[in-house]
Amino acid sequence: MFGWPRVSPRVLPGFGLTLGLTLLYWSLMVFLPVIALLMRAAGIAWDQLLQTITEPRVLAALGLSFGGAALAAALDTVFGFMVAWVLVRYRFPGRRLLDALIDLPFAMPTAVSGIALTSLYAPSGWIGQWLVPLGIEVAYTRLGVVIALMFIGLPFVVRTLQPALEQLDPELEEAAVCLGAGRWATLWRVILPTLRPALLTGFSLAFSRAVGEYGTIVFISGNLPMKTEIAPLLIVVKLEQYDYAGAAAIAVVMLVAALLLLTLIHRWQTGYSFLRA
Amino acid sequence: MAASLRSNSRHHIRGHAPASDLTEPWPIRLALILGTILFLGLFLVLPLVAVFAQALAKGWEAYQSALCQPDTVSSIWLTLLTTAICVPIGTLFGLAAAWCLGKFDFPGRKLLLALLDLPLSVSPVVVGLMFVLVFGRHGWLGYWLESYGIKIIFAVPGVVLVTLFVTGPYVARELIPLMEAQGTEAEEAALVLGANGWQTFWRVTLPQVKWGLLYGIILCNARAMGEFGAVSVVSGHIRGKTNTMPLQVEILYNEYDFVGAFAVASLLAGLALITLVLKTILESKTAHQMALAQVSGPETTVAINSNGAT
Repeated sequence: MFGWPRVSPRVLPGFGLTLGLTLLYWSLMVFLPVIALLMRAAGIAWDQLLQTITEPRVLAALGLSFGGAALAAALDTVFGFMVAWVLVRYRFPGRRLLDALIDLPFAMPTAVSGIALTSLYAPSGWIGQWLVPLGIEVAYTRLGVVIALMFIGLPFVVRTLQPALEQLDPELEEAAVCLGAGRWATLWRVILPTLRPALLTGFSLAFSRAVGEYGTIVFISGNLPMKTEIAPLLIVVKLEQYDYAGAAAIAVVMLVAALLLLTLIHRWQTGYSFLRA
Repeated sequence: MAASLRSNSRHHIRGHAPASDLTEPWPIRLALILGTILFLGLFLVLPLVAVFAQALAKGWEAYQSALCQPDTVSSIWLTLLTTAICVPIGTLFGLAAAWCLGKFDFPGRKLLLALLDLPLSVSPVVVGLMFVLVFGRHGWLGYWLESYGIKIIFAVPGVVLVTLFVTGPYVARELIPLMEAQGTEAEEAALVLGANGWQTFWRVTLPQVKWGLLYGIILCNARAMGEFGAVSVVSGHIRGKTNTMPLQVEILYNEYDFVGAFAVASLLAGLALITLVLKTILESKTAHQMALAQVSGPETTVAINSNGAT
């Protein structure tokens, strides 16, 4: 079928075995379900699919999922840059602890983050009791959705920016200084442009995680149709009504978006690991 | 103005690019550090503290009795069972995938590498739906399986299957970059010296990647125990039967049993903390192995092995 390990040495055994195992497992566990969804969606008539997706309630949910994720990822990029900058460039007591804590949203089960954030931002919560008198309501509003999405996306931005900042060539900055640039000019004209690939990757990783997020959001959003209902929740609602075609239609939109994002991220950066090596 | 307070400008000589021009003035540095501490404190630490505070809001007794409710206990058992099945399978698959993708080059490798990430970029709810479409009553295999009395959706096997889906990539993702960087010289040397394939794998490859492997297993374990969206779609929320710990958190929370919900959540948050500690320790070890693989040839890598073995 293919010319097998043409480039690599054939000395090492186990290629056929491990590739076979990988392909078998991946086909059964991943491709079979994905194809089941695509076939199910393909079985829906085109105009019916379009009709389902353009229902006002579905559009609102997709809009909130994608728009909220984009806003949250953008805010994450701003705050994540500050955090990464401080953690990489400055030395202060507690830095290592803060550095370790960055991954908390990634390690914490989403349901736990969800109820914890809700209890904090509820009108009687630790943070909510200060914000509500100011007229800022977070829990059960779209603002809450964005904050929860920011929470889960932050580690992706920081962990992408940290190695990029560490590898930034100091000579670039020295050259900028020698040419008479101030700190601001160096930041805007030298550092940020150099970091653009990392910033883009971090943004898209946070965005891609936030678009599909479910566990953190269902608790804090209040799940009001047309207002704070996210697309994954609408899939669950449709499933509970045994509207498999409707659920599959929304799911296909999200699957295609996920695949597009995956392609983009892989084009920008090969392989992403939480391991900072 | 603040020249005397600049931390790292020892001798400010004109004409040189002084170190102080490569960092920010101290008030900005201080503001950024304080801003970061405040932001991370409010944003990350406070939710974590809230979990434990809410769990213990009515005292230790209430916390303990909340954890001893039969439904909660059975949810803990189901989570442990799921993890006990998924982590070994994920590890085995991860090792196989890392071996063929990390040590060999072949046509289609890049595509396979990209597809490996698929389970992490698809919404958990979509994952659940996909399994319903395959194994559910109206799905591809559901009717056929039902005729044999096998129930997958709204039963424990469904919970295990979706957890396998979402935890699949973790071990492979950590191992592939590591194996790629280490190359194949050490293995080839072992083979030339007469070791067979398994011996080479156990004595040469595995010691080189053990920290990365452990790291992947820990991430896989955390996700297996904490998965919510995908499991919630296929489990059917049958109390005492198909509820995992995160689902039990949801049910108790929606019933306004906040102490109960946060008590279960505190166990999961404790798990997250343990994960973070182990992750931090392993991160430095894997980074070390990675650095060695990148800097040195096979000789040093082999030397590390013999050190590690003693």
